[in-house]
Order: sequence, then C-alpha cells, then structure tokens
Amino acid sequence: MAETIMGPVAGGVKLSAQHITMVFQRDGKSTPVLDGVDLEVGQGEFLCIVGPSGCGKSTLLSTMAGFLSPTSGEVRIDDETVRGPDRRRIFVFQERGVFPWLTVDGNIEFGLFPLARPERRRRVAHYIKMIGLEGFEKAYPAELSGGMKQRVEVARALAVNPDMLFLDEPFGALDSITRLVMRGELLRIWEAERNTIVFVTHDIDEAVQLGDRVAVMSDRPAKIQQIVKIDIPHPRDLSSPRYLELRNGILKQLGLAHKV
Amino acid sequence: MSSLAQPRKWEKLFLPVLASALFLALWHYSVVWTATKVFPSPLAVEKGLAELARKGLLWKDIGDSLRRVALGFGAAAALGIPLGLTLGWYPAANQAVNPLLQMLRPISPIAWIPVAIILFGIGDTTATFLIFLGAFFPIVVACVSGVSNVPPVLRRAGRNFGLSPPQLLAKVIFPAALPQIIIGLRISLGIAWLVMVAAEMIAVDSGLGYLVIDARNSGKRYDLVVAAMLVIGAIGLALDLCFRKLKDIPSVRWGFRDES
Repeated sequence: MAETIMGPVAGGVKLSAQHITMVFQRDGKSTPVLDGVDLEVGQGEFLCIVGPSGCGKSTLLSTMAGFLSPTSGEVRIDDETVRGPDRRRIFVFQERGVFPWLTVDGNIEFGLFPLARPERRRRVAHYIKMIGLEGFEKAYPAELSGGMKQRVEVARALAVNPDMLFLDEPFGALDSITRLVMRGELLRIWEAERNTIVFVTHDIDEAVQLGDRVAVMSDRPAKIQQIVKIDIPHPRDLSSPRYLELRNGILKQLGLAHKV
Repeated sequence: MSSLAQPRKWEKLFLPVLASALFLALWHYSVVWTATKVFPSPLAVEKGLAELARKGLLWKDIGDSLRRVALGFGAAAALGIPLGLTLGWYPAANQAVNPLLQMLRPISPIAWIPVAIILFGIGDTTATFLIFLGAFFPIVVACVSGVSNVPPVLRRAGRNFGLSPPQLLAKVIFPAALPQIIIGLRISLGIAWLVMVAAEMIAVDSGLGYLVIDARNSGKRYDLVVAAMLVIGAIGLALDLCFRKLKDIPSVRWGFRDES
C-alpha cells in the first residue's frame, strides 16, 4: 500500500521499539500480549496507536515509558535503552491521574520540586494560562469537571518540560464535545511545544485527526499491522475525501465495516 | 441543591431535642411508676451531677481520664502509624507480621489486665497501656489498608516525576492514604474511650471509670453512677465530633465524598 511507511518522518528517530515481546505469567498460564513489535517514533512526531480493545496498546505504551520491562526486545530513546520511568518522558493517564489532595496549583507544581521557587511559580502560572484554568488555581480536583482534570494532568506533565509525552486514551472518559475541544487544545499545545507524542486510542477518528502517522495493531498477541501516514496539514478538514479515505482504510484494516 | 427529601433546618435541631426529651420523660415516669428505690430518676442524676461538680472531684476525674486516653491513644498513633505505613509499603513484611497482628487484634484489652498488672503494677501506666492496646491495632490495620489501596496510577505518576522512595512515601502514599488513616484514628479513639472505663475500674483510683465503680461501692450511689455514665457519653461524643471535623480539611476532603 502506498501510505505504508515504516520509517518515521523527518527529524531523526526519538524512540525505537525493537522487536518487543511481552508474555504475562498468571496462575501458571502464560498469555502472550505483544508478539514482536517494531516501531520507530520521530523527533517531534505525533504518533497515534490504534487497535482492537484489549490488544495490548496500553501494555506497549507502558513498556515504552519504562513502567514495564519487555519479555524480550528493547526500547531505546535517544539511543539509550529504557530501564525505567524518567521525568523527561511523562505518562498521562485518563484524568484519574491527578492527585486529589492537591489543588490545581499543587498538581501542576508537583513535578517541579527540583527547581527554585520563582521558577516553579513562573511555570505554574504559564501552564495554568495555557490550559485556560485561571481562577481555578486553588480549586481541588473534586470541584473540577472531567475535561478540566484532564487539562490539569496534561499541564502537570508539560510543566516539567518533557521531551516526550505518552498518552493512554487520555480523552476516553470525556463526553464527545469535551473530547473534540481537548483534541484541539492538545494540537495547539503540541504545535507550540513540539514534544514527541505517542498517543494510544481506540478511536480511529481521533487517531486520524491528531496523528502524523497512525500505527495499527493487530489482535492479541499484537504486532504492528500497518503504519499509515496522515498527509493532511492541520487544521484538518474532517469531511475532506483524503481524511475519509485514510480513516476508511484503517477501519478496513481492522476488519470493521463502516456501516452501522 | 435544595432537595425535598432534605430535612429543614428547624427539623434538624428540633427533632433530636424532641427525641431526647421523650427519652427523659420515659425514664422519669418509668422510675416513678415502678417506684424503684435503686435506680435514680433524671432529676436525681442531675442533682448528683451538681454535687460532683460542686465538690470539684468531677473535674479532676475528667482531667485524669482525658490524660490517660491522650497518652494511650497518642502512643498508639505515634507507633501505629509508622508501623502501618511500613507494613503497607513492604508487602513482604506485612505477610510476615500479619498473622500475628490478626491474632492479637481480637483479644480484648480487658483480657490483658492481669498481664498488664504483672508488667506495670497497679497504677497509671497499666491503665494507659490498656488504652494503648485498644487503640493500636485498628490504627495499624487502617494504615496498612490505606497504603495498599493507593491507586497504582498515582504511584506511577509519582515515580514518573522522579521521586525517590522516601519522597514517594511522603508526597504520594501518605496523602493518598490519609483519609483512611483518619477513619482508623477516629475508630480507635472511640475504642480508647471505651477501654478507659474498664482500665480505670481496675487499675487506678481516679478518673471517670473509677468514679462509676467507686460510686457504687461506697454507698450504692446510683445517682452518681448514672451521672458519671452520662459524662462519659457526653465527652465521648464531643471527642468524636472534634475528630469528624478533620475531614473538612481541604487536602483530605476528597476521601470522604461518599459520606453525607
């Protein structure tokens, strides 16, 4: 297929996953989850990973972020083997990851403890403004909506100035309107900061709207079936023929008829 | 915010007063109708209370009881919280110690009285030790379960920002477990107050527990017995209300959202 490109876009390789396999042992039964995943992510690239539910997308993402060690294979970032989580690469969960005992301020400041106080205050103010939560600095997560909590978590991640973000279905728990707004916000932030982003989602539309490329995973034990380059410039017209063509191609790849 | 099912303000105040008044009336007339010579009426108890207050003994007894509970409960918290956090933090240590804890826990502090007297003789230390025993185990158990219930997502977020294990304990695990720890402290303070009465009946010659047994032994003054019981109840209630206030602290309020 013409749109299948294995190599990343221009800018050099940031992350490379080399033949990752993952087998979970449980009650004497071994379940293979990842079956030789090879993937490269370019510097400053926005890569989306889609796949059927339960196929191991999140496992792959946790492995790339260093929270899980692969059974075999290795993840290299900036040409170094990943051996654990690192504050240069922040993992964003659904909004459950915000600390409920800290205010919006406190959450965003959480990762900044190595910095001096004036610099901490400056960054917190900057990111509060970026996520549009001025006036909510002293609010606790319980007083915020799901979308606001999600923005706090993204701001907490960005505040430590990471060069990579791993996002695991970050907008999965939000309603569809908030989700659309948040996609726009994420793109705006990414265009300003140009971090490398790996974004896992089960929503194919979301992947095609956001990603430079979309990696399609197979059923468990998962491999990368195909990588689709999304060659539509932002802002993307969601009714353009090219958009629909790419989206339908991925749906077909996953064996889904796009009729309800 | 205004629900029809919510009681109105005057009802909230009036209904409990009415219920208490009915109870006093029932008590009063039961004593009158049965013409009992032993059990005191509310009025006799009120006179007994006034007599105790006038003699100044009541204040000394209240002070002694509060001091012993404060020492016993304080020692239980000072030892139980670190122990519980440690056991929750190291599951292997918990597995080793848990059977022992679970076996000691159901032993009533009353059963420890002979042992306590061998160890500490008759006196303040024995009473305080018994109160300590009553409060210690619930605190440890609450801390262990508080730590093990911290959502993995929050631990991961803490590790992602590069926290060392002591920092993770102080900045994530402890605040995340704090609501459950507070519940454990509240329960064990209630138990400490219960154990205080028994401990003071046996081991010392002052305090509210001693007042109860002494009023009976020296002249069958049941008006004073019931007066002391009411004082014990009222102070127990006041202590509990103070503790309940803790859940209004902003950084723990999130953990009590299911309650009223």
